[in-house]
Amino acid sequence: MGDSIEKVSIIISKGSLEGIYPGLIMANGARAEGIEANLFFTFFGMEAVLKKRQDHIKVATVGNPGMHMASVVGALPGMSAIATHMMESKMDKLDIPGIPEFVEMISDTGCGLYACLASVQLFGFTKDDFVEQVQDIITVGDFYAKAAGGEIIFT
Amino acid sequence: MTTQTLAGVDVELNEEGFLVKPEQWTEGMAVELARKEGIDPLTDRHWQVVRFMRDEYFAKGTGPTVRVLGKTSGVTVKELYELFPKGPAKIAARIAGIPKPKGCI
Repeated sequence: MGDSIEKVSIIISKGSLEGIYPGLIMANGARAEGIEANLFFTFFGMEAVLKKRQDHIKVATVGNPGMHMASVVGALPGMSAIATHMMESKMDKLDIPGIPEFVEMISDTGCGLYACLASVQLFGFTKDDFVEQVQDIITVGDFYAKAAGGEIIFT
Repeated sequence: MTTQTLAGVDVELNEEGFLVKPEQWTEGMAVELARKEGIDPLTDRHWQVVRFMRDEYFAKGTGPTVRVLGKTSGVTVKELYELFPKGPAKIAARIAGIPKPKGCI
């Protein structure tokens, strides 16, 4: 068991549905395996933990070749909302939690949640803008200190 | 696959330490399996989860994930991790003598 992973620090930097879920799933899955985990939200990834935004995360329908939809079509009003609705109803059927519930659950597993200071300053947010599960707003230096001894995953 | 003696019975464990035949499991084995995980003694709360895992496995063919446990076992996610710090679904399944639950969430 000497080569097992003991600790992961996962950075979420994108604010789309498909940008946020993989990092949340990896953090939650790490804790389920007994692996220590931290989540860091930077730039638009902060949407996942902002009170006013976390329940309004959308799928990107423009510039997303995986959607197999021409970007001009994806840019039509309402397309992102339709794609998001379709994906959310599929997720609901598979019992995948919505982002607010998932963030709360991940916090309950003992995973650390942090927001990036540079991004917070850039967007003009304060600690009050974030959900209570966000423990702190930290610098990149603090991040490396917390990530020490583990794997770092950027999403 | 290894053969081990648990509570006086020779049983087979797979490479991840899960009982190969869940029907061989006894409560005495659970106590010994828990001790190997550093859980000693098994409290009533541990037993609630372990029994729930077995019931779900025999009813559905697979043990519940942490999320399902948190929603349906009567033990919150937070407490599940206090009871089984090394991964509630995985460790409780090992103690309950059932296969490792499948599922990403």
